[in-house]
Amino acid sequence: MAKSPSTRASTGHKPVGALLGVLPFFAYTAIFLAIPTLIVVVGAFLDGNSRPTLGNLSALTQPQIVSAFIHSVVLSAVTAVLGAVFGALLAYAVSTAREGGALRRTMTSVCGVLAQFGGVTLAFAFMATVGSEGFLTHWLKNVGMDLAGTWLYEPDKGLVLVYTYFQIPLMLIVFLPAVEGLRPQWREAAESLGGSTWDYWRHVGGPILAPPFIGAMLLLFTNAFSAYATAAALISQGSPIIPLQIGGTLSSEVILGQENIGKAMAMGMVVIVAVVMTLYAVLERRTTRWLGR
Amino acid sequence: MKTRMARSGVAALAAVTLISIAACSPPAKSTDTSSAGGVKASTATSATDLGGMAALVDAAKKEGTLNVIALPPDWANYGEIIKGFQAKYGLKVNSAQPDASSADEIAAAKNLKGQSKAPDVFDLGAAVANANTAMFTPYKVATFNDIPAQLKDATGLGVSDYGGYMSIGYDAGKVPAPKTVADLLKPAYKGKVALNGDPTKAGSAFSGVVMAALNQGGTADDISKGVDFFASLKKAGNFLPVDPTGATIESGQTPVVFDWDYLNVAQGKKLTGKMNWKTVVPAGAVVGGYYVQAISKDAPHPAAARLWEEYLYSDEGQNLFLKGGARPVREAAMVTAGTIDKAAHDALPKAVGTPVFLTKAQNDKANGYLTANWAKAIG
Repeated sequence: MAKSPSTRASTGHKPVGALLGVLPFFAYTAIFLAIPTLIVVVGAFLDGNSRPTLGNLSALTQPQIVSAFIHSVVLSAVTAVLGAVFGALLAYAVSTAREGGALRRTMTSVCGVLAQFGGVTLAFAFMATVGSEGFLTHWLKNVGMDLAGTWLYEPDKGLVLVYTYFQIPLMLIVFLPAVEGLRPQWREAAESLGGSTWDYWRHVGGPILAPPFIGAMLLLFTNAFSAYATAAALISQGSPIIPLQIGGTLSSEVILGQENIGKAMAMGMVVIVAVVMTLYAVLERRTTRWLGR
Repeated sequence: MKTRMARSGVAALAAVTLISIAACSPPAKSTDTSSAGGVKASTATSATDLGGMAALVDAAKKEGTLNVIALPPDWANYGEIIKGFQAKYGLKVNSAQPDASSADEIAAAKNLKGQSKAPDVFDLGAAVANANTAMFTPYKVATFNDIPAQLKDATGLGVSDYGGYMSIGYDAGKVPAPKTVADLLKPAYKGKVALNGDPTKAGSAFSGVVMAALNQGGTADDISKGVDFFASLKKAGNFLPVDPTGATIESGQTPVVFDWDYLNVAQGKKLTGKMNWKTVVPAGAVVGGYYVQAISKDAPHPAAARLWEEYLYSDEGQNLFLKGGARPVREAAMVTAGTIDKAAHDALPKAVGTPVFLTKAQNDKANGYLTANWAKAIG
C-alpha cells in the first residue's frame, strides 16, 4: 500500500527566500480572487443604501432565479457527463496511438486549442454554421434536410451542443495523463492470470480510472457552470442560466438597483462551486493514494 | 449602441482602463466664470441668469472644452451634431466612450468627480435619468416652453431631447408587410421575429412588449397581454431569440425586428441597394420613448454644458436629430412655427394614434410583471 500523504509531507524548515517567491502569487490571488469574493459576499448582505439586510438572499427564492439555478446546474451536469464520456473514449483512443506520433501530437494540440475556444467567437461559429442562415443549414436544405428553426438559441438544445463542443477536448486534455498511467504490464498480468478484457476493466482499469474520471467530470461541471460569454452571445432572451441573470442585474437599464441581488446570486454560485471543489479535493487525495504517485 | 446589453470582457476592461487612466488626469481647473449679472455658470438655471445668450457663449468659449459621453456618432445623428456645435462656437468636444450605456454615464460621473475629464452633460434612458436626478443641476433652455409637459421636469432637472416610437422593421423582400402586431403570428414569419434585447434589461425591448400589449387590447397599466403575445409567438415558432444588430439584419438572420423607429429607419438607409428594409409603426399602438438630457452638477465646464443644451434644443440642433431619423422633442411646436425640416419630417414613419408614454408608476408595475413572467413566457 502507498504511504499516507501526511508522512510524505516535508516537515523541514522553509527558507525565507521560498516565501518571498510565492509573494507575487499571494498578491495575485488577493487581488483577483480574495477581494472580489469578499466584495460579493459583503454586497450580498447590503441593501442599496449600504445597510445590512437579508432581502437579497430572500430574493433568491424568486421563481425565475430558482429556475435559473436549476437550469445552470442541469446544463453543467449534462454537458459534464457528455463531455466526460466522449472525451474519455477519445482519450483512450488517442492513448493507443504511438507515443510521440503525429496523430497523438495533432490530437492533443488540437484539443488544447478547442478547449479554450469559447465566447463570442464560438457562438458566432455555430451561428454561421448551423444558424438559420448558416452554411450547413443552407447546404442541408439543398439535399432536403431542414435544420432551420430557433433551436440553437435555446438553453436545452443550443447551449448543450455548444458547451459539449468545448467540454470534450478539455476532458481529453485532463484525462489523457490518467489513461497513459495504465501500464500495459497490468493488462498482461491480468491476461496471464486468465482474466478476460471485461475482468481487466472491471477489476483493474475501471477502479484506477474512476477517481480521475469523476474528478475530471467535476472540473467540466465548474467549467460549464461559470461560463458566461458564450451563453451571452447566443441567448438574448429570458436569461435562463444564472450567469446571465447576474449579468442582467448589473447591466439592466430598465430595472435598476438590483446589483446586490446579483451579488447574492454570485454567492450562491460560489457555494455550489465550493461543494464541487470539496468533492474534487477528496477525490484528488484518493487518486493520488491509489496511483501511488 | 446604448441598448446593447452583451458587452465583452474586453470592452469592460477597456472601460476600466480608461477610467483608471482618466483618474490620473489633473484636477479640474477652476473654470467657473462669473458673469456680468454676478451669477456663476455652475448655478445658472437659464441663459438670462448669466446676462443673455452672448454672455453664455463668451463664458463657454473661455472654458474652451465640453466633455460628452456615450454619444455614438451614428446614433440620432450625434456625429453631425457634435461637428455642428464645434463649428458654430469654436469649442472642442471630448467625446468619451461613445458606446457606453446610460448606467455607464452615471458611473463615469461618479468615478471622475472633481476631475477635468468628468462628463459635463448626460444623454440618458428615462429609467436611469429618473433614478439619478440627484446627479443633475436644473437648467431651462430658451425654448423650454415648447417642450410637452410630460417630457420634462418642471424645474429643468432633466429634459427629454429626442426620441421615437416603437416600430417593426422588416425585410420586404423576404416577408409580407405586417399591418398589426398580431400579423406576426402567421406562418410566413416562422423563426423570423426578433426583439431588440431582453425586456427586463433593454429599454427598447421593454417598449416592444408594451407595443404588443396595446395592440392586443392591453393598456399601459397592464402589459400582461404583451407578454402573452410573445408567449404565443414563441409557441408558433415565430419568435427568434437572437439579439438583432446591424450585422444580423444585413446577413438576413433577423428579418423582422422590434426596435425604435429611428434605429430601424437608420438601418434601412444604411442598407439601401442591398435590402429593402422597411419600418412600420403599428396603428393604434404607438409607444413613445424619449432620451433625457441633463447637466451634471459636477460639470467641469458648466458654461459649455449650458451652451450645449441651448444648441441641442435650438431649431438647428432639433432638426439635426430629425435628420438622423429621431423625433425631436420640440416637434409639434416646430411644425406649428414652420421651422421644422419638412423633408426629414415627412420621411419619418407614419404613426396613427396618440403616442403613449408610461408614467413612473406604470413603468414600475410593468417591470415587476416582466421580472416574474418574461422568462417563463419565452422559456
